[in-house]
Amino acid sequence: MFLYLIRRILYAVPIALAVGFFCFMLVQIAPGDPINAIVPPDAPGDVVEQVRRDYGLDKPLPVQFGLWLFKVVQGDLGRSLATGRPVWSDLSTAIGNTLMLATCAALLGFIIGCLLGGVAGTFRGSILDRVATTIAVAGVSVPHYWLGMVLVVIFSVQLNWLPAMGAGPGGSSDWAWNWEHMQHLVLPAVTLAVIPMGIVTRTVRGIVAEIMNQEFVTALRGKGLRRLDVFLHVVKNAAPNALAVMGLQLGYLMGGSILVETVFSWPGTGLLLNSAIFQRDLPVLQGTILVLAMFFVALNLLVDLMQTALDPRIKRA
Amino acid sequence: MFRRFVLAACLAALPALALAPEAHAQGGTIRIGMTAADIPLTHGQPDQGFEGNRFTGIPLYDSLTMWDLSAADRPSTVIPGLATEWRSDPADRTRWIFTLRRGVTFHDGSPFNADAVIWNVRKVLDREAPHYDARQVGLTASRMPTLRRAEKIDDHTVALYTSEPDSLLPINLTNLFMASPAAWERHRANTPNAEAAWNAFAAAPSGTGPFRLTRLVPRERAEMARNDGYWGEKARAERIVLLPIPEANARTAALLSGQVDWIEAPSPDAVPQLRARNMVIAQNPQPHVWPWQPCFTQGSPLADVRIRRALNLAIDRDGLRELLGGFMAPAVGTVAPGHPWWGNPGFNIRTDRNEARRLLAEAGYGPNRPVTIKVQISASGSGQMQPLSMNEYLQQDLRQVGFNIEFDVIEWNALFTNWRRGCQDASARGAHAINVSFAAMDPFFAMVRFWESKMAPPVSNNWGHFNDPRFDQMIAAARNAFEPAERDAALARLHAAGVDEALFIWIAHDVGPRAMSPRVRGFVQPQSWFVDLRLPSIQ
Repeated sequence: MFLYLIRRILYAVPIALAVGFFCFMLVQIAPGDPINAIVPPDAPGDVVEQVRRDYGLDKPLPVQFGLWLFKVVQGDLGRSLATGRPVWSDLSTAIGNTLMLATCAALLGFIIGCLLGGVAGTFRGSILDRVATTIAVAGVSVPHYWLGMVLVVIFSVQLNWLPAMGAGPGGSSDWAWNWEHMQHLVLPAVTLAVIPMGIVTRTVRGIVAEIMNQEFVTALRGKGLRRLDVFLHVVKNAAPNALAVMGLQLGYLMGGSILVETVFSWPGTGLLLNSAIFQRDLPVLQGTILVLAMFFVALNLLVDLMQTALDPRIKRA
Repeated sequence: MFRRFVLAACLAALPALALAPEAHAQGGTIRIGMTAADIPLTHGQPDQGFEGNRFTGIPLYDSLTMWDLSAADRPSTVIPGLATEWRSDPADRTRWIFTLRRGVTFHDGSPFNADAVIWNVRKVLDREAPHYDARQVGLTASRMPTLRRAEKIDDHTVALYTSEPDSLLPINLTNLFMASPAAWERHRANTPNAEAAWNAFAAAPSGTGPFRLTRLVPRERAEMARNDGYWGEKARAERIVLLPIPEANARTAALLSGQVDWIEAPSPDAVPQLRARNMVIAQNPQPHVWPWQPCFTQGSPLADVRIRRALNLAIDRDGLRELLGGFMAPAVGTVAPGHPWWGNPGFNIRTDRNEARRLLAEAGYGPNRPVTIKVQISASGSGQMQPLSMNEYLQQDLRQVGFNIEFDVIEWNALFTNWRRGCQDASARGAHAINVSFAAMDPFFAMVRFWESKMAPPVSNNWGHFNDPRFDQMIAAARNAFEPAERDAALARLHAAGVDEALFIWIAHDVGPRAMSPRVRGFVQPQSWFVDLRLPSIQ
């Protein structure tokens, strides 16, 4: 197990290199010029060239990549071209905000998804199954940014019940777990929860339905176990696969939804990436994607370990 | 029983929920939803285009010369700021003498004087200065292209030197904001290098402006409090809160739900709803031009003045204004009639399709032989208004007159990059015109960079490689006219000549729409990109 853990951690190194390299190259081949993050579009050519030299953007691409990598290895993600602030300072705040939003959305989505999926799988073919499946399909199909706008129109603009944007009356830096702040979380969390809820519902339904058809369940029933006890056995068998799907979904949510965070002006990684893309802010873009990729790798490892813990039949060696 | 309890609990919670957003409203605090995705830089030379100057430049800092933003019914002009008067030295026209305002202090209490001016000039022009900041160079140096250095004459007088005689310097200097050297030095003492000191300064800046920054949460909010020690007319609002809300629908929702009191650039689609909820929509033509900039090189149909004039005459600007819900002003020149630089053009830009057809026929084109013009455009972008729908409208409309308009739609950032490369570069992909909107507040940005032959790429934005010695002479004359009236007359001659030669296809001026709660009082929307945040208050 220990060797497996070490091996998986070492796998993250080439992944990080590849993510960093491809992200760097993608930004380079995209149309436009990173210098536009620093100088206004109408700047004369000599000023543009002077600033390009000042920022080292005149160096050959391999040199630029090498310099960036050298700093990253030392734990320095560089400074934003647009603001001059350290990338890590903005990124750490954004990760915290996204983590808070993603956790709330994941809890909401996973709990509802497991409940709906469990009910639908247990009562396959019933009206409950059809209702749950319809909700799941709708959840997966509805564009979440559209749903976000609809929720804002209803609950913020028309009813004036919930705030339409932001991460608290004073911003995320003075966040507190009280209603004044948490109400800002409601609409984005609900919007973001819809897709994982749909996916988890469908997955759990499929797994539960499959397990319910297995002989050991018939045997348990034949032994006279109560329905709740049988269900607990089913849950235990369904958990590893459901967990794998939830882990992936949580990973996606942690990446931050560019669209949902933009619609709600939620200052997370999605909004950070959005502005970095439009500004061609290369260090922010590279640093954010690299950290998120590593986060995803770590989350997958965690899920694998949890699967093993839940189901000893799964060997990780 | 349980269901009744849940229902009762929900009903009991409703009033609390409904009242929640109201809790944000405070007397004397105006909350503004900006279009920017981040708080513009606060170190004294803001980014985010002129929205940055509008919200973290002018309110926090002053410049030697400033824009008069007090009136809505006349073009905004340059007035004394931290300099009370200025003149060019007749013996050396590259030398300007500025007399500084006395008794002005920075927010940190240190005095504003000649040393502070020199320090601020050096921060962007002297690479050897300890406080030189490359970031600020890009944001500033391009807007005062001829300024070279500053020299102290006495505590309240400085001499500024330009690379060539340039009467436009006082206008350019509205872009150089004065930051406190003493405050920066204090930050420098606690930081490892100048860049870190500037970052620390940006978090707790010190200027001389009518507001002081009291709180900055990067990417989320900036809070400013009234500077009660301001040297000029003091602000009426006690506090201003700036919130970056880049998505137009989110801005509208924030205003309608009471989270902000004022939003920049509401979407035209949202305006009826905003008006129905008693929101006030402010607009006024801005020194902004939304044009097609022609390519003048051989092979371009727009090298022929008859076709450029025909295009200018064929455009239905009123129809376009209707398309935009009234949020544009028809452009018949770079500046509007009545502006000091308007001049007296002989070519009267209007909608006259018969004359357009006649000119086209004279150039050898007509209904059976339409002239094909390829325009490089973007799908969106800062200051670009609504480029796709506007260009598609023009495409359909101009077909009736005999123009076959083709578009090369590229990403906004790429369009900007191409703008610096010119129409002969491969990036133009054979385009005969480019659609980049621009600010026309000062003569260099309004005319010189497009019409002076030496401004051809890669130097500046003469994308079309326009080259006419007459225009070079007129520009030189304007730069050498040191009396304001004389300078304006020279610029008016230049502008009139530009209109006569149809050097742009002038289409629209933006009107800078903004929506605000009826509780906001005293706001004046000047004919400018900027606003004076000292004027509004909130009830």
